[in-house]
Amino acid sequence: MNKSFRSVFLIFALYFLSIDQLYAARIGELVESNSWDQIKRFFTFSDRGLQLSLIGALLFGSVCGLTGSFIVVRRMALFGDAISHAVLPGVAIGFMWGMEKDPLAILVGATIAGLLGSVLVQAIVRTSRIKQDAALGIVLASFFAVGLCLIRMIQNHEGASKMSGLKTYLFGDVAVIDSSDIMTMSVIVVLTFVLFYFLYRPLLIVSFDRQFAYSLGIPVRLLDAVFQMFLVIAIVISLQAVGVVLVSAMLIIPAATAYLLADRMNKMIFLAIIIGVISAILGVFFSFLGSNLPTGPFMVISSSLLFAMAYLFSPKNGRITNWYRYLQLKSKVRKENTLKLIYHYLEKNAEAKEGVNIEVSELLRTSKGDTKGKLSSLRILEKSGSIELENKKLSLTNLGLEQASSIVRNHRLWELYLTNEANYAADHVHDDAEKVEHLLSEEKVKELELFLDHPTVDPHGKPIPGRGQV
Amino acid sequence: MSFNQIFVEPWVSHFSAYWPILVMAFFVTAACGLIGNYLVLRKISLVGDAISHSVLPGIAIAYMIAGSRSDLAMFIGALIAGIFTTLIIELIHSRSKIKKDAAIGITFTTMFAVGVILVSLYGADTDLDLDCVLFGKLDFMASKEKVFFGLPQIVLTMGFILILIILLIVLFYKELLISSFDPSFAATLGIKPRLVHYCLMCSLSVVVVSAFSSVGAILVIAMLILPAATVYLLTDRLWLMMILSILHAFLSSIIGLHLTVALKVSTAPACVVAGMFLFILSWIISPRYGLLRYLSSSFDLSTFQKEN
Repeated sequence: MNKSFRSVFLIFALYFLSIDQLYAARIGELVESNSWDQIKRFFTFSDRGLQLSLIGALLFGSVCGLTGSFIVVRRMALFGDAISHAVLPGVAIGFMWGMEKDPLAILVGATIAGLLGSVLVQAIVRTSRIKQDAALGIVLASFFAVGLCLIRMIQNHEGASKMSGLKTYLFGDVAVIDSSDIMTMSVIVVLTFVLFYFLYRPLLIVSFDRQFAYSLGIPVRLLDAVFQMFLVIAIVISLQAVGVVLVSAMLIIPAATAYLLADRMNKMIFLAIIIGVISAILGVFFSFLGSNLPTGPFMVISSSLLFAMAYLFSPKNGRITNWYRYLQLKSKVRKENTLKLIYHYLEKNAEAKEGVNIEVSELLRTSKGDTKGKLSSLRILEKSGSIELENKKLSLTNLGLEQASSIVRNHRLWELYLTNEANYAADHVHDDAEKVEHLLSEEKVKELELFLDHPTVDPHGKPIPGRGQV
Repeated sequence: MSFNQIFVEPWVSHFSAYWPILVMAFFVTAACGLIGNYLVLRKISLVGDAISHSVLPGIAIAYMIAGSRSDLAMFIGALIAGIFTTLIIELIHSRSKIKKDAAIGITFTTMFAVGVILVSLYGADTDLDLDCVLFGKLDFMASKEKVFFGLPQIVLTMGFILILIILLIVLFYKELLISSFDPSFAATLGIKPRLVHYCLMCSLSVVVVSAFSSVGAILVIAMLILPAATVYLLTDRLWLMMILSILHAFLSSIIGLHLTVALKVSTAPACVVAGMFLFILSWIISPRYGLLRYLSSSFDLSTFQKEN
């Protein structure tokens, strides 16, 4: 945790130093050119407006990741959504303050509206019999409607030209971020990170085990209030770039992605910050390519793409990773079962010895079922050098013999273990051993052998093979 | 703005312009409110929000393909988008450690983002734009061609849907009631709670999609929950809730209309604001569950505790 925070601080410090050299220029003011030129321009970072957008993306992406992690583990995703809609009247009133885009007034107005919204939700839940979900819906929609009315009134009063500044707060436009916005944002972001750093431990305890937090004497209600303030601040910071309507997605999706990838909270927060920043930057990139499009949806879609990648390919639990692992296990099981079949054949026909050719058709006759699958796994075994196939006859190589006897050893050791140590009846152990034999590691087998004192006979009276013997 | 302009003129000289708006607002709010009662009772209020957000790409694509407003295309598009969203939510929720609330949050915001991009890219060719998504197009009812009683076709369709919803609720009142309050008891009576749930979701989607063009994607949630929450504080009887929520819809559309005239804002948000005032009123003065009652009872308790 310490380390990750320190590195994040370092990055902020570097950007603070570089902000002074930037001056306002907007992406929208660029000359229209083809998308290839735009891509080149994006990666050379030569455009001042682009640099500002990227810094903005870095700032709000990291705060969203940080706050979002707590929202996801506390199951407050829909709360975040409601509060993010509830800031709209604050934005409108902040705009009315000076009748122009004054970032500070809008920020203050939005923060107040967001906090009011979250207080109202709790007041409704506590004092009436309306449940949390309905209270969230009421606050979300009512505040949003008030905001829409205020926006229309501003529009009537000031004319449509002034509206463009306000419209960006609905669906987001990263291009309107200028250097004074960046300064405000960075101060707030640094403050947020510092506060989180000091409150990390108690917040963690409150998030995962409230009863325990109470018993430790942690001021739970106060921390909840502080956390809601963080939530509102994260929303307000991202408002310009992502917009009121979709800002909750930037809180939830990067954190949920990190949640898929990490098991520990500190790792999750670190990953969520990185993913938040990446999706914000990707959003800037996509909206840089097309002109006059709202930025917010692009940020949301890029973070959803990252989420989809994590969902499918996460090394621990990704859907495709798991499927691939399952297929591998399946082919391993089939291969080992075929080897076992050969071993059993050799065992039964005492005259057949090592190196002696076995008729494939004869082998297949000894077991029921799927002939095609067995033939294909025989072919796979031939490729891996475990058997030699010639003229419809097969013979085990030394490698194959070793593999076959080890799988039979696993099977019989496990049967013996179950009868001796788990008190299974001898006629009940086969099915279980049939599954476990494929999963026993070399070490486990050694442990079993030691535990059972190097047995030679299984519960059915069959010999347990040693290494490389039939 | 004089009193006359705000309260009298809409009913006298501009009546033909405001009549379809008023009727449409009432139809939408009433249909949403009736369904919303069940959402609030079943504690799944935010499902309506998720549905209204996630059908946007379906509606946008249907608009693009059909060229202009076509009810059937819109319904099919919305239906496909809705089913797709439900599948994705289930897929994320059941096959990974992501919790249900986050799965809903991820899916509907993503769908909505896709919808917003589609609308802003291709919406210029049709009459679907971001303003429609946000504010709804209730104010444009007056400019549509009138076919019956000074009402345009779309209002009549909405009225038909309202009647359908009322019929459904009257016919299946017992089933809905029991399965909302006690699903296991419903199951012992041979009512399938899951089937009832899916039917409810189906009628919810129909209402949400038909309300979309008049109130937009975001304000629908207010139409769904505000009436139900308001009347939930006033009564314990479901049938009374139904009747009162229709009354709430009626009042909020009339007050909303006057707000619209007074403040020159869009009608849909104004109706929501009016509904919000009604809710706050009922929250404060409700005889059994209100804020005043809560405060007075907690005050009594504290004096009682001090005495002992």
